[in-house]
Amino acid sequence: MTSDRPTMIEFRDVHKYYGDYHALRGINGTIRAGEFFSLLGPSGCGKTTLLRTIAGFEDISSGAVLIDGKDMVNVQANARPTNMVFQSYAIFPHMSVAENVGFGLRKDPRSKAEKGRAVDEALEMVGLVGFGGRAAHALSGGQRQRVALARALILKPKVLLLDEPLSALDKKMREHMQVELIKLQRQVGITFILVTHDQEEALVMSDRIAVMFEGEITQLADPETLYRRPNSKKVADFIGTMNFIPATVLSESGDTVEVEAKGLGRAALDISAAPPKSGETTVVGLRPETLTLLYDDQKATERETEGVIDEVIYFGDMTYYDVYLGGTDVEVRLSMRNVPGRPVLDVGTKVRVAWSPSALVLFR
Amino acid sequence: MNKAFGLRTYAIIYLIFLYAPIILLPMFAFNDSKVIAFPLSGFTTEWFGQMWEDDQLFRSLKNSMIVSLTTAVLATTFGVFAARATTRYRFPGKAGIMGLVMLPLVLPEMIVAMSLLVVLLAIGVPLSIFTIILGHVLICTPFAVAILSSSFQSLDRSLEEAAYDLGETPLSTFRLIVLPLVMPGIISSLLICFTISLDEFIIAYFLGGTETPLSAYIYGQFRFPARVPAMLALGTILVAVSVVLLAIAEYFRRRGIAKTGGKVSGGFL
Repeated sequence: MTSDRPTMIEFRDVHKYYGDYHALRGINGTIRAGEFFSLLGPSGCGKTTLLRTIAGFEDISSGAVLIDGKDMVNVQANARPTNMVFQSYAIFPHMSVAENVGFGLRKDPRSKAEKGRAVDEALEMVGLVGFGGRAAHALSGGQRQRVALARALILKPKVLLLDEPLSALDKKMREHMQVELIKLQRQVGITFILVTHDQEEALVMSDRIAVMFEGEITQLADPETLYRRPNSKKVADFIGTMNFIPATVLSESGDTVEVEAKGLGRAALDISAAPPKSGETTVVGLRPETLTLLYDDQKATERETEGVIDEVIYFGDMTYYDVYLGGTDVEVRLSMRNVPGRPVLDVGTKVRVAWSPSALVLFR
Repeated sequence: MNKAFGLRTYAIIYLIFLYAPIILLPMFAFNDSKVIAFPLSGFTTEWFGQMWEDDQLFRSLKNSMIVSLTTAVLATTFGVFAARATTRYRFPGKAGIMGLVMLPLVLPEMIVAMSLLVVLLAIGVPLSIFTIILGHVLICTPFAVAILSSSFQSLDRSLEEAAYDLGETPLSTFRLIVLPLVMPGIISSLLICFTISLDEFIIAYFLGGTETPLSAYIYGQFRFPARVPAMLALGTILVAVSVVLLAIAEYFRRRGIAKTGGKVSGGFL
């Protein structure tokens, strides 16, 4: 969808050391103009550091960060075409909402009335019409977030940087703001770069995601590719849930590889979309929702394997089963929509698990 | 129950010992007798009048004002630098340097006064109100650092980054964001340093030379029994001023913490 857009940000072998600590270990990649891009990873993976190198709050030890084609090496944070929404929102507590939002316009040569209109427009954009006169410290978490957004967007930056902006909100508010942020991004068309440790948030909001571990980008792809074709066990494990099943490779010819997976038996995989060899122990991955339990009168469309239910977790709309498949346990997530009117099965029940070889991902 | 009663009695006795002498001060300041003894003989404002006509008192008051105001400004300025450095930056020997800055807080003033006197005389600096200021800045700076550190500590670093990100320079960020937010701490520090300097006696007496500030002047006057009631009157005014200044300082400190989103946890140190 956004692949034809020009490059907005380019990382060229970016390294960052804090003393002996190697925080960024050779970051390469591009972020396109108008893209909603996420940096996803566990805490300490370097995602916030990378975001701060774009903003100019961190100097890089080597390599280059280019924004809109220009090397940012000698450009300070206050001169970069980026603005940031901070994790704590960093609302100036001694100013009103309007003063906060209009802060970036201090050196703007426009008249006071015009600046006032710009502030009103920015407040309208984030749904805070009429809040201009309020004291900043009297706002709720969601409102502070909106003020921070308006304050950052009023300067019409080329890139908006968001450092875990939703982590301080409660679940309901967070889901609401996710949708609002997506809408806002489409409306203003500015490149958004979001830092998050929440894989669901990243999948929901982003055009593309860079998954980071230990100072490196492990995979950079669109959400669907990340979910369906993770390039490593780490990524597969971090994004969603994945059953890892010990396997051995039997033969390989062209794009097809035949594996023997514990409990599942032999299966032929198309490896054209599989990750390259990494030297890890060979396993196949299978997402829990690609598996189904078969009731007595049902037949598998592709493959089926017999097992015994070890554990049942009932969620109402979903039921999670742990099924022992002779040598390996797999998690099966059954949506009630797919088995309407069927009873929840008990622990100890012998069942048949239906699966599809095309859903298998090979890691080796 | 019993334990609570015991502790309460202890606390009450403690407070009586602490404040009773101070309450005696205004009592005898308004007492119509040159002898400081009970029973009180009558009400008078004569001692306040006598105090008012004392030229020497006003000269030492002027000295004290110069010393205390200068000390407050200098100690607070140093305090701003030190508090900023200790809360924001990492540098080699930080713990040791901060320890040395804070040391006068626990050093006996007598020692500070004596060693300063020896050094100043040895290098030939004449004693004056400026040498008093020197000593006072030394003992007031730790208080300023302690007060201002809490102001700077409760300042979210991303506030500065946000201002910088929105186009300000480091200097204008300091002026527009940092200074207004730590201003309550600065006012609080100015007032406390002023009060400490005004009350301080040992350094003022040792390093004062011929120009005596108020505290040394009061000490001198106590040699003349006839002057004692007037000094009690002066003391009454000083206590009132000190209490007011400390109350204002504490008000500003708490307001500052509340403003930056912190919680007030107790007294000023």
